[in-house]
Amino acid sequence: MDTQSREAFEIKWLLEAIYACYGYDFRDYAGASLKRRILNRLELSDCRHISDMVSKMLYDSDFFELFLQDMSITVTEMFRDPYVFLQLRERVIPRLKTYSRINIWHAGCATGEEVYSLAILLHEEGLLEKTRIYATDFNNHSLEIARKGIYSQDLAKYQDNYLLGGGKKALSEYYQYNYDAVIMKAFLRKRITFAYHNLTRDQVFAEMHLIMCRNVLIYFNQALQNKVLNLLINSLVHKGFLVLGDKETLEFTSMTHQFDDFEPRAKIYRKTAALPKANQDED
Amino acid sequence: MKIKQYHMLVIGASAGGLNALAVVLGRLPGSFPVPVLVVQHQGGGNDSEYLALLLDSMTALRVKEARPGEVPLPGSVYISPAGYHLQLELSGKLSLSVDLPVNFSIPSIDVLFDTAADALGASLVALVLTGASSDGSKGLKNIKSRGGLTLVQSPQTAEAPQMPEYAIANTRPDFIVPLQDIGALLCRIFLVEAVNGGRQSGDCL
Ligand SMILES: C[S@@+](CC[C@H](N)C(=O)[O-])C[C@H]1O[C@@H](n2cnc3c(N)ncnc32)[C@H](O)[C@@H]1O
Repeated sequence: MDTQSREAFEIKWLLEAIYACYGYDFRDYAGASLKRRILNRLELSDCRHISDMVSKMLYDSDFFELFLQDMSITVTEMFRDPYVFLQLRERVIPRLKTYSRINIWHAGCATGEEVYSLAILLHEEGLLEKTRIYATDFNNHSLEIARKGIYSQDLAKYQDNYLLGGGKKALSEYYQYNYDAVIMKAFLRKRITFAYHNLTRDQVFAEMHLIMCRNVLIYFNQALQNKVLNLLINSLVHKGFLVLGDKETLEFTSMTHQFDDFEPRAKIYRKTAALPKANQDED
Repeated sequence: MKIKQYHMLVIGASAGGLNALAVVLGRLPGSFPVPVLVVQHQGGGNDSEYLALLLDSMTALRVKEARPGEVPLPGSVYISPAGYHLQLELSGKLSLSVDLPVNFSIPSIDVLFDTAADALGASLVALVLTGASSDGSKGLKNIKSRGGLTLVQSPQTAEAPQMPEYAIANTRPDFIVPLQDIGALLCRIFLVEAVNGGRQSGDCL
């Protein structure tokens, strides 16, 4: 057995142990970044081999918590890919306006910068008061930061993106300085419900008009992507909107028939009228 | 040179990379028999889209930004999007990752090289071009140890010599080649005719 097959075997074993012990299923995560994160953790630990991490994982829940943090490294920004926010503002918002109440699900919200960006946009378009945003992630640590809306970095650096996304004011109107940190204003936080939700095993959210799920599916293999996309489509109302990450696409999934390309460049899709029976997973 | 089947070409470039890539890719014919994956360090924003468009107009190969889930095709060049690591999965598909930088870079050349080495082992050809970074040298060494073929642009012909120098110091690559000759060498390795003329390294973009 060469080093590489040995490593592959150890990783498989580690993921089985995590699943059996903690119920978190990483077995269908895409292999390349998963392996990099495991090797990083190995380097930081006192273990020599990945297989040594297996027993540590089984008997030391703190070690698992560390691993969970590794698996949800949160790199996120406000108004990341401003073009997407511009398109949301100009093309999606007018359609949402026709509803008396609006439900939005932000899946994989990390530390919340993106949800607050969306809340700001909704506020400026006069829709925030009739909207409920559900923002979910499977990383409780990130959710805690998101819920508080307190950021240690200066958010002023996102001013340009905010303007490119169609913003008309100063971003600083939406937060207050609080010692070294900034805190998002309460009227924004009030409309957002932050909750734990694991996309690989938890249930649908009913009757969503818009789902943002950006840069989350890229961590999954094709089979898991299809499964999660099924969950998302079943959470959407008829003609509901799905927004994926800037470099993500439905093109290579089994879901292409169930969505229309509403705004391809911004990766905004719309649930089609007729729903064929969900395809079986492949890969 | 031993006759051997290689299945993919991976390239890492940093400062000065656009010009170097244009020179190298400009010599490769549209019939190039394997896919080409490229990590070019970027300064944020969407310049990778622009880079792909620009390179596409300067070579017979089809150049595009990489998309997750895509199976890379021969005769096509896939550029890492700015802000994402580009990886090759064991399944042979491309994947992207929003992640911490590696060697201060996202995309990182080491990430592409290491994942491609896992997926393809000895049937890989890797090339390190100009750059002011140490990225790529670890991955190149990995590829070499798995039996892949390793090429480095000669530092004297590089706009920024550090990256080739690091790679050479770390790996003892199979070939150290002046920029102007890399395209022709790749054509010999992959048994195709080089495109004549093409860009000269002195040409301005
Ligand atoms: C790169 S962040 C995306 C943040 C934000 N949407 C953006 O694009 O800037 C990926 C997030 O997905 C979350 N995630 C990964 N797997 C998940 C799962 N199975 N269920 C829920 N969230 C998950 C991670 O915790 C992380 O916060």
